Amino acid sequence: MSIEVRSVSKSFGSFLALDDVSLRVGDGELVALLGPSGGGKTSLLRIIAGLEEPDRGTVLFHGEDATRRDARERRVGFVFQHYALFRRMTVFENVAFGLRVKPRGERPSEADVKRRVGELLKLVQLDWLGDRLPSELSGGQRQRVALARALAVEPKVLLLDEPFGSLDARVRQELRRWLRRLHDEIRLTSLFVTHDQEEALEVADRVVLLDRGRVVQDGTPADLFEHPADPFVLDFLGSVNIFHGRVENGRAHLGPLSVAYPDAPHDGALPASGYARPWEIDLSRDLEGVEGFPATVRHVAAAGAVVRLELAPDDGTILKVEISRERFAELAPSPGDRLRVVPRNVRVFLGGPGQG
Amino acid sequence: MTAPRSREPRAVRLLLIGLALAAFALFLFVPLAAVFVEAFRDGARAWLAAVTEPDARHALKLTLLVAVIAVPVNAFFGLAAGWALGKFRFPGRSFVLTLVDLPFAVSPVVAGLVFVLLFGRTGFFGPWLADRGLEIVFALPGIVLATVFVTFPFVAREVVPLMQSQGTDEEEAARVLGAGFFTTFFRVTLPNVKWALLYGIVLCTARAVGEFGAVSVVSGHVRGETNTLPLHVETLYNEYAFQGAFAAASLLTFVALATMVAKAIVSRRAREEAP
Repeated sequence: MSIEVRSVSKSFGSFLALDDVSLRVGDGELVALLGPSGGGKTSLLRIIAGLEEPDRGTVLFHGEDATRRDARERRVGFVFQHYALFRRMTVFENVAFGLRVKPRGERPSEADVKRRVGELLKLVQLDWLGDRLPSELSGGQRQRVALARALAVEPKVLLLDEPFGSLDARVRQELRRWLRRLHDEIRLTSLFVTHDQEEALEVADRVVLLDRGRVVQDGTPADLFEHPADPFVLDFLGSVNIFHGRVENGRAHLGPLSVAYPDAPHDGALPASGYARPWEIDLSRDLEGVEGFPATVRHVAAAGAVVRLELAPDDGTILKVEISRERFAELAPSPGDRLRVVPRNVRVFLGGPGQG
Repeated sequence: MTAPRSREPRAVRLLLIGLALAAFALFLFVPLAAVFVEAFRDGARAWLAAVTEPDARHALKLTLLVAVIAVPVNAFFGLAAGWALGKFRFPGRSFVLTLVDLPFAVSPVVAGLVFVLLFGRTGFFGPWLADRGLEIVFALPGIVLATVFVTFPFVAREVVPLMQSQGTDEEEAARVLGAGFFTTFFRVTLPNVKWALLYGIVLCTARAVGEFGAVSVVSGHVRGETNTLPLHVETLYNEYAFQGAFAAASLLTFVALATMVAKAIVSRRAREEAP
């Protein structure tokens, strides 16, 4: 079942949490709602679940207006950030809850409840923990119980609020791959909230980036990564070097850097900034070259799949660069060395410092 | 659990512990023992006679009746207050929160007087009640009202902070899973606070049984009619019937001791409940 949000706005007091937000999650899609904290992600998720009412706008399930439908009738699976497991109930009873509270006519028999809960616990790989209390489980286990509980009522859509937010890095990695596999298996329309760009880019079919209550960009992970709509997206989706400067006469002059910028062919100078990812910058021992600019190596971190360097150009800024281990072996840079910095890809956006 | 080792000299330690024990004996144990010594001074038979004479029996019955009405009423209102104040934010919430403690701040005698002024013969509702032949002051309803007022905060005070700290996550989870209001309340909200609720009920019962000041004002001290057990003790004492007074007092002390035991058990479970 698809989810559609149309021009939803919501404010809490004078704080505008959502400002005319629209998005669509297609049937069977796994979409990430990404953004910095306080960006309105959780509010939007709660509005879709029916736990919060929008001030304006509509929520549609499968094309039908569900804005006024009660949370109980939306058939939504919701996984809360802090799990919200029923602390007085065993794992089994937590998962069984949704089945046991069904109206008398639809309520499954005790045997069916047992079978269904057993299946779900097996699905989340916790069938051996059925009679434990939530307080006796680890964070990752609680998370999976919460998921099994949400799936028990056979929801039409699954909403997850920072599903891996309070777990440590290793469990997080494992769980998000597991969630992706699970999604590929059951193909349930899912929307999850996260502030972790890596998580969003790795797990989701599509990412909707939300900032200060507005949708900034909506696209596939590759789209967002390759064609960021603005400096905010660029900056949010990973580490980036910024060069401030101006554009005029078809060129951008950005500190030590000068690149072609055909979009501004006239001679009126406009403030602009250039952005280059650490891995979009090459280094060279040839200090006499015409491209790029010289800089001094400050720091080398050689442990890892790539080698990370910090360089200081002569204008007092610090530059982050990542090169392959092979390139590192060729160049053999060490702190204090003078190298030539050659950005391979610079994205230029108009606007001065503080405007992006 | 190991006690932290003190660095004070041995003499100081012994002195302090001795003082604490002496104070404990003097102010807590001796009076308690005195009640029983006095109650049984003339033997068990005299004690039995004193607690089974008609006025004493009536006082005991009345006391229990008042507790049986007042405690469930306050358990209900306390839980309702806890739920409203602990789970929701609304304008005037902190005012209501303060109001819950009002009975603790007001002297019980003043509380009793308020009911006399409202429902007494010359009081605000007095003529209206008299026309209909309804008696509140100097009768059971007045005693119940005064007791309910005085013991109101006990349950609410235990339940409000707990419900507040537990938040509304579990209720929301239940709602999304399709549970209605009552199902959510009885399967999720109530089990989460049941020990705190029980703890409040124990304290409330103890106070309801022992309340003197407010009840004294509204009851009128009619022997064999509106005398509760604490009032009965006072009446006998004022008549120099010490043995009878202490016999009745020993009953109240029993209740107090039973409360302490219940409190110890329940409070341990209630602590486990805190998130």
